[in-house]
Amino acid sequence: MQKLLEKKHPLAIRWMHWINFPLLTMMIWSGILIYWANQVYGIRLFGYELFKFFPPWFFEISKVDFWGYKIPDYLPPWAYEWTNIPQRLAEGMQLHFFFMWLFAINGLIYVIYTIVSGEWRSILPVPSSLKRAPLVALHDAHIVKEKPPQGKYNDAQRIAYTSVIVMGMGSVLTGLSIYKPLQLSFLTALFGGYEWARWIHFWLTISFVLFFLVHVFQVIMAGWRNFRSMITGYDIVDAVEPNAEPIKAGEEATV
Amino acid sequence: MSKDIDKEILVEKVREFERRTGHTVDSFPDDPQNTASILGEHRYLSEPMSVEDAKKEMSARSRRYFLSIGATTLLGIIGWRSLSDETKDLLFKSKDRLLLKTFEFNESVSQFFFRPTKLAPEFPPEQVTPIRTNGFEGLEQEIDVAAWTLTVAGLAGRVDDLVITMADIKKLPRTEMITEFKCIEGWSTIVHWAGVKFSDFAAVYKPKTTSGAPPDVAGKPEDLLPYVAMSTPDEKYYVGWDMPSIMHPQTLLAYEMNGEPLRPENGAPLRIASPTKYGIKQIKRLGRIEFTSERPKDFWAEYGYDWYSGH
Repeated sequence: MQKLLEKKHPLAIRWMHWINFPLLTMMIWSGILIYWANQVYGIRLFGYELFKFFPPWFFEISKVDFWGYKIPDYLPPWAYEWTNIPQRLAEGMQLHFFFMWLFAINGLIYVIYTIVSGEWRSILPVPSSLKRAPLVALHDAHIVKEKPPQGKYNDAQRIAYTSVIVMGMGSVLTGLSIYKPLQLSFLTALFGGYEWARWIHFWLTISFVLFFLVHVFQVIMAGWRNFRSMITGYDIVDAVEPNAEPIKAGEEATV
Repeated sequence: MSKDIDKEILVEKVREFERRTGHTVDSFPDDPQNTASILGEHRYLSEPMSVEDAKKEMSARSRRYFLSIGATTLLGIIGWRSLSDETKDLLFKSKDRLLLKTFEFNESVSQFFFRPTKLAPEFPPEQVTPIRTNGFEGLEQEIDVAAWTLTVAGLAGRVDDLVITMADIKKLPRTEMITEFKCIEGWSTIVHWAGVKFSDFAAVYKPKTTSGAPPDVAGKPEDLLPYVAMSTPDEKYYVGWDMPSIMHPQTLLAYEMNGEPLRPENGAPLRIASPTKYGIKQIKRLGRIEFTSERPKDFWAEYGYDWYSGH
């Protein structure tokens, strides 16, 4: 059996993907520090509060006694301050309004690169993707045997990866409309006003966290070779693929 | 016809790419059920090789990447260890640390876009929300509203401070506005304010100018001293404002809130109200206003908050 090396991910995409990881982490962490100054969101159904993101006991957690010691006593000195939860708004804002530049610039370059290089062909869904994406999920869940045909990514991935870019833009735009609601009042109005912009900004963050959890789960399921290709850019593939038999571009032109 | 030409150009591009990178460019076979072929996605494949060769080349590439990641991490750790405590303090602890410098950078970006004519949205009276009170610094002592005076410093043509009363303030044109009050903590309320536009106040109590020329408050505001320092009578709370924000038509010296005279906890008898900045800058119970050329100190900025805090 002959093998091929397939170039999966261009160098630029790999850099921006991995740079985005610590940047988004910092944005979420500093966002939580800001959120703790006025943590109001939860999930309510018919007037009942089902869930609050940081319930009151969470803020008391560093005071809970475990066999004569409190949680901070178990932590190394550098981690000690992490348990000091409230009153970190200034620190959160400093970090948020520093890393926002890097996050937005990295995202912007990524979008431009994706358009210019033609990489968008790998991640954009088409209307019929909505039909195939559930089949992908059913196949992944071992309910349906056959796998819908795909390129580098399947249709569920296309929808997810395009959504997460749109979410990123949404975070930047709602963020700007909370940050400068007077100068960018048209933007704030577009999101339904200051309070709604903050609400959307918050839920987009929750969506990022959910995306991250699913993404990491899928990467683990896909295995080492898939993970390695996001670092080296390459993967080994069979010379003849059962799923998608490659046709040389030259031949295609003569068809 | 034109589609064939497009294809030829595409093939030409593909060949050029292949020459440049040594990859073979393949397309996914035509399949209306495959998004990859609908969008014309390409694959970049090497020439066929034996399993051993493929493995060998792949591990060579892997080794290179993982070694460079390891080396970079090591360099990072060594670099961090070799930084002196002074450098670390400068970066992360000092007054001029990177993150606080970023606040100033953001401020200048903000100021670049700030248009004094741009107004914040106003709301109909039925959208006014209950008052939410926060922040009691500088309000600890009892206030005798009847005996209250306001000291004004940095006035054009004067060396000494001027002391004025509520009656003087009330002589100035009254302005009402219903605007959003935004706390830096993240909540907001809608408040019906009444008072005097700061710009109307400055038109009568004229600030000094940078050039030394007589002030032209309406015509040449950029020549006025660039900052305003304000504090409570006990000077326990103090804020600094930039001139463009304080001269904004929606920045008021407010004496009424939701149709009633200001209550002591909301800043009686006179406070700043403005949708141009967070609540921390809208000082309650004014005691002193000073026009100044130096960037004034600011209570919350000393705790690491953004001095500008502007919207």
